Amino acid sequence: MVDLSLIEAPPIKTAEPGSGPIETDMVIIGAGPAGLFAAFEAGLLDIKCHFVDALDKPGGQCAELYPEKPLFDIAGIPACTGQELTNSLLKQCSPFEPVFHLNQQAEKLERHEDKWQLTTSENTVLQAPCIVIAAGGGSFVPKKLTLPNAQDFENTSLYYAVRKMATFEGKNLVIAGGGDSALDWTLNLQPLAKRLTLIHRRDQFRAAPDSVAKMHKLVEQGKIDFVTGQITGLNGKDQQLHSISVKTAETEQNIECDALLAFYGLTMKLGPIADWGLNLSQNHIDVSNETFETSTAGIFAIGDICQYPGKLKLILSGFHEAALMAHTAHHYVHPDKKLVFRYTTSSKDLHQKLGVT
Amino acid sequence: MGEIIVTDLKNEKHTVEATEGLSVMEIIYDANVPIKATCFGCCSCSTCHVYVDPEWINRIEPRSEEEEEILDMAVDFRDNSRLSCQILYNNDLNGLQVTLAEETKTD
Repeated sequence: MVDLSLIEAPPIKTAEPGSGPIETDMVIIGAGPAGLFAAFEAGLLDIKCHFVDALDKPGGQCAELYPEKPLFDIAGIPACTGQELTNSLLKQCSPFEPVFHLNQQAEKLERHEDKWQLTTSENTVLQAPCIVIAAGGGSFVPKKLTLPNAQDFENTSLYYAVRKMATFEGKNLVIAGGGDSALDWTLNLQPLAKRLTLIHRRDQFRAAPDSVAKMHKLVEQGKIDFVTGQITGLNGKDQQLHSISVKTAETEQNIECDALLAFYGLTMKLGPIADWGLNLSQNHIDVSNETFETSTAGIFAIGDICQYPGKLKLILSGFHEAALMAHTAHHYVHPDKKLVFRYTTSSKDLHQKLGVT
Repeated sequence: MGEIIVTDLKNEKHTVEATEGLSVMEIIYDANVPIKATCFGCCSCSTCHVYVDPEWINRIEPRSEEEEEILDMAVDFRDNSRLSCQILYNNDLNGLQVTLAEETKTD
């Protein structure tokens, strides 16, 4: 029996952001379980794939939302975690060497001669006869503060990520959150900031215990402040924060602040895909349940994002959809070749492709 | 069978039918009141975040540590914040009132 926990994720091929135009056979948007298995099925049919994903790693929801949580309904696998499934899917498709364009969102899709041309948020340009949307619930983006004036300060004194550490030099910096991002940046930015305050709703953290211990030490040494509470107001003008209001168990206080970093994790948004002219209802893309093609020829959708009568949002459905999609996509990629259906158990040709001969 | 009262993001109240054994998130979803609920009950996101009416807060099972950890990522957390997927409806909760938090907003 194979113990999935023993399978390590193989190294993946990546490319410089802004590369291209790169010609390939299939661009898969979303490197979650459905997309990864699609690269395997496509590989068996000599279809080369490139991935685009907003996260910094493959795996989609499995890797981001529940890497440690067990899944019990993957056919043939009694139990595995989201990360274990991701690692084994990566290993499974690795003979076909898919290329991953991570940390970028699929933005623009247009016709270019007889192919589709996809441009990402990092200006990577990919051209292929087939596009597969395996984007689940959309791309992961940082959760934003919901305070009514939050947008006024965004990117000028309110940030949801650190692009340049120098931005925070000499600032009265407030970091909000209790996960690894909040704690890691607290430790990294403390030497740079004029004063750093960490705010979290309680004195318990999801972050790595070592980072939490280091943070507590800085508080003891008087180098940073830690406040247990919630941000209730942003005060400032002309896109510049001056202070924030914080509600604690006892009182409501103002904390001097000219830069605020908020780390409340990620949420999913459909994003630019909604503007590609596909048949959409309630953020799901209509497909044929024979071919998994959308209303537009050459564009497919599989996994949680697709919709057809009887659809179940299960990983195993995504696998089925990936296999059927790949067989239809073959006609676009290799119009002159006859598709011969073969089994991996016995086909010498497939064994060669998988490198198991 | 009973009912719960859900206040949506437009501040409109919906009285919806509630079945024992379903989570409050599932009850809201089934009633077609928009709720994002990305992970759909896995206790892995906070897009089913609700505020429980203060009169009810002590009448429901307290948060588990797993729920507390996810609520660490909730935007606009309040003392009466809960993940609606973690409140299992039973008939003692007939009349429960909850208000959807901003992060339940669908695209």
